Amino acid sequence: MKRGRAIVGFFFEGLCRGCALLVCGLVVVILGFIFSKGAKTISWEFLSTAPSQGMTHGGIFPAIFGTLAITLLMIVMALPLGVAAAVYLNEYANRGRAARVIRAAINNLAGVPSIVFGLFGVGFFILFVGRNLDKVLHTGLLFGQPALLWASATLAILVLPVIIVSTEEALKAVPLSHREAAYGLGATRWQMIRRVVLPQSLPGILTGAILSISRGAGETAPILFTGAAYFLPRLPVTKIFGMIPMINPFDQFMELAYHIFIMATQSTNPELTRPLQYGTAMVLLSITFGLNLSAILLRIRFRRRLRRA
Amino acid sequence: MEQLVQKPLVAQSSNLKEPSPRASRRENHGLRDFHWRQRFREGAIHVFLAVNGYLAIVLIGLIFLFLFKEGFHALQTIKPMQWIGNKTLDFDGREVFSFVWQPLSNTPKYSLLPLLSGSFLVALPATFFSTLIGIGCGVYLAELASQRTREILKPIVELLAGIPTVVIGFLALSVLATLVQNFFHTHFRLNAFVGALGVSLVIIPVIASMTEDALRAVPNELREASYGLGATRWETLSKVILPAGVSGISASILLGMGRALGETMIVLMATGNAALFTGNIFSSVRTMTATIASELGSSAQGSEIYYALFFVGSVLFTITFFINLISEVVVERMRRRLRL
Repeated sequence: MKRGRAIVGFFFEGLCRGCALLVCGLVVVILGFIFSKGAKTISWEFLSTAPSQGMTHGGIFPAIFGTLAITLLMIVMALPLGVAAAVYLNEYANRGRAARVIRAAINNLAGVPSIVFGLFGVGFFILFVGRNLDKVLHTGLLFGQPALLWASATLAILVLPVIIVSTEEALKAVPLSHREAAYGLGATRWQMIRRVVLPQSLPGILTGAILSISRGAGETAPILFTGAAYFLPRLPVTKIFGMIPMINPFDQFMELAYHIFIMATQSTNPELTRPLQYGTAMVLLSITFGLNLSAILLRIRFRRRLRRA
Repeated sequence: MEQLVQKPLVAQSSNLKEPSPRASRRENHGLRDFHWRQRFREGAIHVFLAVNGYLAIVLIGLIFLFLFKEGFHALQTIKPMQWIGNKTLDFDGREVFSFVWQPLSNTPKYSLLPLLSGSFLVALPATFFSTLIGIGCGVYLAELASQRTREILKPIVELLAGIPTVVIGFLALSVLATLVQNFFHTHFRLNAFVGALGVSLVIIPVIASMTEDALRAVPNELREASYGLGATRWETLSKVILPAGVSGISASILLGMGRALGETMIVLMATGNAALFTGNIFSSVRTMTATIASELGSSAQGSEIYYALFFVGSVLFTITFFINLISEVVVERMRRRLRL
């Protein structure tokens, strides 16, 4: 009887361990496969030149540039909004009915399919906001077309829940006694938040920002119709006053994730350009992998520090 | 701060009745002692932060509004019956009722059934696979692994969640599809099964980490009581902890299914994109998400297809919205039961 129980336990526990090992194995296999295949294509030339000869040769520099530009714009838009929302939720609204409704909305926002964000980007940003801006400002067709700006705004909404949730977690980790000490010294609520809570939760907020950049860099569906281009001979760059180069938010752009997608499915000969696809996948994966890894390490350090405090 | 000192007095006079939390908060953090300029600043900041806080609600509302506004146009030109099926002529010239999504033919056909069946034919098996593996993984992380093992394994599971879906789709398309075809000798190289395997890679981390959270939320007293009665570790786990965490786990499965239905890039690349109304898992299918992704780019704004695609988007959004809502209610119930 006793032995039977032990055997059953041993069996099922082994099964669970097997599942965990399988998941880890999958990660290792996927990463290993992409990196071993992609490493053959990676060269300085691949990273620094544009595609050539009908996208069958050359590099992916415009796509790398586009990915950096779009994630930069995205985080500039999403981080202040997300942090402010989290501060409001955790420090002001905390447990009221308003907070419950907002949290439900955030959870639902996190669950909206990414392609729906794409539809929203087209319907709201390009056709509603953009076209109406053009009408009001008499700019012809400047705002009302797919552009870097709209794509990054769409992505910003997509990553907003990630930022809010991780920022709130970081704010929650600040001990209550620190807040009370600040109040005791006569600080107002905002002074307390700015001088005590925000500095302490900075690593946690940073973790969320990094995770959301990685998420934004890997998303493809929302930018399909809001600004990603199949091939652009130029970078989305403009010069202010004719001299200072700057990202042009009204241009279309190439993007790594989108580049993989079109190379693998829409190009004239997907089999011929497989090495290029593996190379692109490796670059994208190194970016997101690196970001995720640094976020995880940052969080581990942050937690340790809090535990010690 | 003087209110703090007065508090006992207040409590005495009102028969030990606690002041309402709202009132006490206002008193403790009252700004009466501060200069009016500072009070104004505090108020302005409060309003500014509140606006940002309510932004999430506004955004959900906007998504809802703009999706359904465009989708509604489709309802005006396309009759309800046409969303289900159309009368078409078969090869012998007889009139039959068929379920076809063909918006670009001479007589456009907008049956949603092939898209719905495609979506579920990918999402259900994907949810099934990832439930098995995800729960196993979550149980191991929460209950069986040592502290050190967990600290190594958990980041790896998170890394899986961090792999871009387009990379998984690319692997499913280029490698996994060939493996599946060689193994099962399927007729179509790209089919719902390949898509489901790819999609399950995305949902396994979701289910695993939510299962882990649910199990770790189970109070330790329950474990100790069970061990005290002489149960083994597995008996404790299967008869005490899993039942206690069951609502959290089912919420994770629902959420995973919502994700699977909404997944775009993997199914777009790996399921073959043929809008067939079928129940065969080894057949090429096309999901709602893939339909939108592949056809919106080529449809003119304001055309019937354009509105029809927004309608498909509305249907998809409604389905995932309700799945998420149910999962949230379930989690909320668990929280209340475990008094967190």
